[in-house]
Amino acid sequence: MCLGIPGRIVEITDVERKLGLVEVAGVGRQVNLACIVDEAHPLERCVGDWVLVHVGFAMSRIDEDQAAETLAILAELGEVQEELAAMRGSGKAGDTMPKRKGPGS
Amino acid sequence: MKYIDEFRDPEKAKALFREIETLAAQIETPDDKPLQVMEVCGGHTHSIFRYGLEAMLPAKVELVHGPGCPVCVLPMGRVDDCLALAARPDVILTTFGDAMRVPGSKKSLQQAKAEGADVRMVYSPLDALALARDNPEREVVFFALGFETTMPSTALTVLQAEAEGIGNFSLFSNHITIIPTIRAILDSPDLRVDGFLGPGHVSMVIGTQPYDFVARDYKRPLVIAGFEPLDILHGLWMLLKQFAEGRCAVENQYDRIVHSEGNRRALEAVARVFELREFFEWRGLGSIDHSGMRIREAYARFDAERRFPLPQVKIADPTSCQCGEVLKGVIKPWQCKVFGKACTPETPMGALMVSSEGACAAYYQYGGGSRQPVPVEAAE
Repeated sequence: MCLGIPGRIVEITDVERKLGLVEVAGVGRQVNLACIVDEAHPLERCVGDWVLVHVGFAMSRIDEDQAAETLAILAELGEVQEELAAMRGSGKAGDTMPKRKGPGS
Repeated sequence: MKYIDEFRDPEKAKALFREIETLAAQIETPDDKPLQVMEVCGGHTHSIFRYGLEAMLPAKVELVHGPGCPVCVLPMGRVDDCLALAARPDVILTTFGDAMRVPGSKKSLQQAKAEGADVRMVYSPLDALALARDNPEREVVFFALGFETTMPSTALTVLQAEAEGIGNFSLFSNHITIIPTIRAILDSPDLRVDGFLGPGHVSMVIGTQPYDFVARDYKRPLVIAGFEPLDILHGLWMLLKQFAEGRCAVENQYDRIVHSEGNRRALEAVARVFELREFFEWRGLGSIDHSGMRIREAYARFDAERRFPLPQVKIADPTSCQCGEVLKGVIKPWQCKVFGKACTPETPMGALMVSSEGACAAYYQYGGGSRQPVPVEAAE
């Protein structure tokens, strides 16, 4: 949650919501890019950028070497597996999430 | 230096250890007491234990593992409020996985889920918002926690909910803010910290300027550092250099991520949605003025505290638990009476045992890498 994880922006998927598809260690995930875009670096120019992703939000741009280094350390800390498991386990209701149980069940 | 080969760049690590050793030998302290350096960030704590850094440092440098794990400092009363929300049949309670095992006064969210409450782990607050979109007949509450690193994400999620007119989404905000926390640590009468390793990713959001008071008013050096082992060693070296030269300043080791002004977009979102609470309760530390964040009146309809009745009962920490003393560096994890006995990562009593970023869980997991692997029985 606090360490974040590096990923690479593959495509812009929703201009209005500032969402992009980010590939994190082989897993694709919708990520909010609002915190890393500005006049000098608009949304459409983000594709290909490496970013540090915290709970689904890109918070900082990083370079490719840093990304590789950081991923290696995170793997040693057991954080990559944890983040990827959280990403896979999370999702829309009725999709990857369990169906709602009725009250009392 | 049995772990040094594990470093990505062992030569660089060796050189840093050597330079730290040289600097430490130059620094004079009253009665040759060790210099206490507090790492405020839980990510630092995890790395320090994982790589056994403490054991490889000169005796002159003592690391104090500060309160920088937001899961660890969550008071039981707030978990109970969450459980009350989860008990409502109309509510889907969503939270980060880390929060699932934090003990409330009677149970954790994980236990409540096992008993049938609709508690769902999400990776991102955006996933909680997606659940609200897909379940218009239910109330989706997101249990928001974290320092400034995660605050922008929940703020932006609220702004997104507003933009889409989603009415069945709300936050239960337990966000905490770093600066008043560091101030409280500095004002604490039983604490003797000589300097700080400042958090990397909180600083990525807030920048370096908010820490200036630490050096200016409290005459303590603070070096913002990344969480990777070489970052931490480099940060410690920068701190020791300040001690050796008799300086105290705020310095930034992690300048590849942290900029002095922080992340403007993130700060704007936070300022729009959140405001400071008068005080907030911390597990192990008690109440700290202006340390918590709540949702502003303008976004009241997204505030679970305003929308749902909550017990809001203050629950005292278990008396056998010494998390507070560990957090302030007064005792080491293994010196706590229940460490490794009544309190283990499988059945945590104290919050520091819950998350891998808590000092006790980290020590329990990697204990052999610490300077003093004192067995519980041998501790005072």
